[in-house]
Amino acid sequence: MNAEPLGTTMLWFTIAAAGLLTFVLRWSFIAMIDSLEMPSGVRRALRFVPAAVLSAIIGPAVVVQNGAVDLSPDNLRLIAALVAAVVAWRTRSIFYTIATGMLALWGLTALVNIG
Amino acid sequence: MGGQTGLRDDFLSGARVVAPVLIGVLPFALIAGVVAVRLGLSPLAASGLSVLIFAGASQLAAIQLIHDGAPLLIILITVFFINLRFTMYSASIAPHFRGARARTKAMLGYLLTDQAYVLGLYGFSDRPALARRIAFYLGVALPLWLCWQVATVVGAVAGSRLPESWGLEFGIPLTFMAMVVPSITDRATGAAALVGGALAVAGHALPWNLGLILGALAGIATGMLVSTLAGDKAST
Repeated sequence: MNAEPLGTTMLWFTIAAAGLLTFVLRWSFIAMIDSLEMPSGVRRALRFVPAAVLSAIIGPAVVVQNGAVDLSPDNLRLIAALVAAVVAWRTRSIFYTIATGMLALWGLTALVNIG
Repeated sequence: MGGQTGLRDDFLSGARVVAPVLIGVLPFALIAGVVAVRLGLSPLAASGLSVLIFAGASQLAAIQLIHDGAPLLIILITVFFINLRFTMYSASIAPHFRGARARTKAMLGYLLTDQAYVLGLYGFSDRPALARRIAFYLGVALPLWLCWQVATVVGAVAGSRLPESWGLEFGIPLTFMAMVVPSITDRATGAAALVGGALAVAGHALPWNLGLILGALAGIATGMLVSTLAGDKAST
């Protein structure tokens, strides 16, 4: 399928503009840091960035199914994620967390399909 | 320490830390390639998108919008909000890169992803020298970049032959789950995580991925509030 929806020039311009925008967002504070004194309030806030942002990514990915919030046991991803959370907490291992979570999801899916 | 061998060790430490994360990233990158081709981009454009944007969620959104024939401005606004969290990562990681050359900073910025940010940050605490921090960060970020680019191309070329029912994209939230645990060190960071996640879920239907940004900001505010109430003195 080579029928690109935009003209080729416009397509590449769009991709380049989106890429430049993304780069500027990433580069922003790294670029400025040597001529920038971070106010202590900002420094305090930044301590919470990993916990707050990662959770904000995880939450919808686990709980929202087909566009709706699903907190029921029918949401296999939620159950698999809870299992993985326990493993993440106990082992602190990224590998075991991913492995357990995927195995739990596959196992649960297989069980549901049998039952 | 500090010689070339020292820096190579730092790079390799970073690579060791990121290795399991690549397993989670791989299927997502494959999907980014598959979706691009399914929605009408050539493998070359899919790959160009991957190199120039290099951010999964916003790539998928951009591909969808291009397919739908959305105006450029809408595409850029969407990409902006999905990737706005990078400015928080940038501000958070920047003090560790103080003193680096401008060109190096541009490269470090280009390579900044969710995974490179968090894993890099965890490795900085016992690396006082700038060169060692950069070496460790590159050890994390370069394999991520390479894995992302190769897998997008594979996905774009292999296209529809990959099975969808495996649910492999679930590897991404699992990776984030493993990464968020070490960041929860006290009541304040725990509250930040809880509120961040809950609000992002509540706002999942908002346009432009605003739920994520609102959740993140509310989580940060909650964390600060809890630490203030707890009389936290020197938690910079």
